[in-house]
Amino acid sequence: MAKKVHVTTTVNGDEHQYLCEPTQTLVDILRNELELTGTKEGCSTGDCGACSVIVDGDLVCSCLVLAVETDGKSVETIEGMAGGGELTPLQRNFLELNGLQCGICTPGILIAAKALLDRKPDPTETEVRFWLAGNLCRCTGYDKIIRSVLAAAEEMRGN
Amino acid sequence: MPTILEQSGYSADRKLKVVGTNPVKHDGPDKVTGRAKFGADLIVPGMLFGKILRSPHPHAVVKSIDTSKAEALAGVKAVCTREDFPEIPQGTGFGDMTRNIMAREKVYYDGHPVAAVAATSESIAKKALKLIVVEYEILPHVIDAVEAMQPAAPILHDYLRTTGDGSAPDEPTNIVNRLAISMGDVEKGFAEADFIIEKEFDSQPMHQGYIEPQGCVASCSEDGQIDLYCTTQGTHVFRDRLSAILKTDSSKIRVSQSEMGGGFGGKTSFYGEPVAIVLSRKTRRPVKIVLTRNEVFRCTGPVAGSKSRIKMGATKDGRIVAAESELVFQCGAFAGSAHVNGAQAMFTRYALENIEVVSHEVASNRPKVNAFRAPCVPQVVFGVEGIVSELAAKVGMDPLDFRLKNAAAEGYTTCYGVTFGPIGFVETLEAAKACDHYRSPVPEGQGRGVSAGFWFNRGGDTTGSLTVAPDGSVTILLGTSDVAGSRLSISMMAAEELGVPLDKVRAVFADTSSIGNNRVTAGSRTTFSAGMVIVDSARQAIAEMTRRAAEIWDVPEDGVTFQDGEFRPAGANVGEFDPLTIADIASRTSVSHGAIAGHTEMNVTGEGPGFGLHIVDVEVDKETGRVDVKRYTVVEDAGKAIHPLQVEGQYQGGAVQGVGWALNEEYVYGEDGRLQNPSFLDYRMPVASDVPMIDTVIVEVPNPNHPFGLRGVGEVPVVPTLAAVGNAIGNAIGIRPQSLPMSPPKLLELIDGAGS
Repeated sequence: MAKKVHVTTTVNGDEHQYLCEPTQTLVDILRNELELTGTKEGCSTGDCGACSVIVDGDLVCSCLVLAVETDGKSVETIEGMAGGGELTPLQRNFLELNGLQCGICTPGILIAAKALLDRKPDPTETEVRFWLAGNLCRCTGYDKIIRSVLAAAEEMRGN
Repeated sequence: MPTILEQSGYSADRKLKVVGTNPVKHDGPDKVTGRAKFGADLIVPGMLFGKILRSPHPHAVVKSIDTSKAEALAGVKAVCTREDFPEIPQGTGFGDMTRNIMAREKVYYDGHPVAAVAATSESIAKKALKLIVVEYEILPHVIDAVEAMQPAAPILHDYLRTTGDGSAPDEPTNIVNRLAISMGDVEKGFAEADFIIEKEFDSQPMHQGYIEPQGCVASCSEDGQIDLYCTTQGTHVFRDRLSAILKTDSSKIRVSQSEMGGGFGGKTSFYGEPVAIVLSRKTRRPVKIVLTRNEVFRCTGPVAGSKSRIKMGATKDGRIVAAESELVFQCGAFAGSAHVNGAQAMFTRYALENIEVVSHEVASNRPKVNAFRAPCVPQVVFGVEGIVSELAAKVGMDPLDFRLKNAAAEGYTTCYGVTFGPIGFVETLEAAKACDHYRSPVPEGQGRGVSAGFWFNRGGDTTGSLTVAPDGSVTILLGTSDVAGSRLSISMMAAEELGVPLDKVRAVFADTSSIGNNRVTAGSRTTFSAGMVIVDSARQAIAEMTRRAAEIWDVPEDGVTFQDGEFRPAGANVGEFDPLTIADIASRTSVSHGAIAGHTEMNVTGEGPGFGLHIVDVEVDKETGRVDVKRYTVVEDAGKAIHPLQVEGQYQGGAVQGVGWALNEEYVYGEDGRLQNPSFLDYRMPVASDVPMIDTVIVEVPNPNHPFGLRGVGEVPVVPTLAAVGNAIGNAIGIRPQSLPMSPPKLLELIDGAGS
């Protein structure tokens, strides 16, 4: 067995030190080592977006990132989204507008949507659709997901 | 006799407080924060990781399996093969089932399991798989179902004889089943027709495409008890099938369900779960198996591909006088396509008198098919609704008027012998005619298509409990699964019945040891059936509380009425008493007769058939063959929308799944019989930028057999989709496609052919 590597990663503001195989992906470490199972693995090839997380501000598929690459970096996952016990406008709008059905794609979509609104607080419907084109949902047909993101964006702009 | 609906006090102007509103689902907060636990999310101390070795060959005899090197690898705790599963005779349902889980005599498809490993880490388990040596004797294979029907085709199962109508000779074949449906006199019908259209159509298998791969943890004890946690559409069905193939009493098997990350029919069967159990039996440690996406594509699902020849005739005044069809459905390596649905439903929605359908289910070297929303129906409706629109054009009628003229209504007896009660097909068509989309002109350069669809909806074995806590709040125990919000819809019906605020009600899942039998959550049955059972349980609790109120007031039971969550004297002569709330009575359980509960088991019947009509506008790029869906409207009868936003979600999700199947999704096999596109990159499902908003119109023609009038809304939304998109493309390019998916290369061929 390859020798394990010592890695230090900040996840949702908490520093974690762990040993991992050099080939282990970030999603594997998040789920199986840190037991943060909110990040989902749907394909392991970067095609479904269920494992979306934010690493140092960049939206990535955590199945395409090696855990060793996140040494010294900061990772945001779904578990860190609702700070202080309050749901964010994104989370709340997804609940109120039925932006989720089974809920398996929801963590990845919320993370991806957050990354969008961090960059662009007033996206058009088309921009939301293209930004989320890397996140598969098989239940909703996307309609209520797009509406939830647009409503959250509007709320966050203070309208 | 009054209907269930009438007994429930239903009337069009009944004021409902909870049913018909859009509250947030109770499982929602866990799902937007990452707390919700799905199949792959359970972590148990001492857990091992299981991995399955799969055949690279589509058809071969498994001559020997040498696991010695794998067993010797450090970290490997157990290896299992066919030797570890009980022998069950070939050609029986459970014989097929166990052979699909782990190959015995032969492998029948690329990806068929041949061995499995449990190890202390996933990477060790993967390494161990490479050390297992399997000796195969490769056999000729057949992928296409029509080829598999030919006399010279390789035979998958030499014991197989065609079942069904008794017309088949006693010789080996790949034709599993042949069924015939007939009503009236088709010849006479066609003789009356002024226009007859006959065409052939084909469809490819698609995958259910749930984003959550199958995942489970199995744990077995020394005395033979089995604990299985998994993502499933039916805990009890899993338990009973496990009991049969593992030869263990059902009472020793406890199946608990995780949250389910999409199923759509594909999680009505197990795959890795029995393997995890066998590995746990060998190691006495918990074993987790999570399938990869590659495994999901190669070995689970898919949906049956089909070929069809369809002939329909109409008179010049717009009456469809005869319909005839010959169908072939793939079932994959083993029987079980549910093709009877296709044969029964393909023409059902029109009041036809003369129908003849012959359908074949055919085995070939593909993974065994599984259910998918309205199994075997959309792919043949693709052809039927194409011909219906063409007949309308020939007759010179508007396509919706033509459908209205032929629409089935209450009293029509179907080709499978059921006489319809009140149904909403006419109302659905009228709502479609009136909607903004249909009334708007087709934009320049686009084509518009419409299609109707039907699904039976289902009932079946259902068990549920409802308990009232001393503080008056209510817990519902369900043994069904929740695919997209049934816990909430069922809670809403209970809250309405009990007259308590929805926030006082919570529904949870019971495992198989905690509640009686439930059929799989499939066929659009759960909100209907479990809703019936829980409303009945609520009524039992109300009856018991009525008795206790009478006892408290020392009056006869019929002196107490229940209204708006309160027990009151039935009249002035009963006496003057302050109303008692549910909490007032429930708080006295320790001084009266113990806990208050209702419990119901039922084989639920009375499901209300569902009908829908889809309208779609598309633009076709004539240089690339790419189709752009510009506008889409789903009109469908829900009976009663308990939670309208969730109903809309079903309509929208079904439509977009159908758009994928219509335009892109298919299984592609190479000459070598191996699946060439087992990934989301090469098997392309619709993404957010592929589709527009999906408009919905909810029609409500109540089902008289349900206390709130609901029918079931999950299956119908996918049924018309393929045909609606096909008809829209046909109108855009001038020639109606007959082959699915309607992908760019195929459309380019049609466009070029039409132009030359």
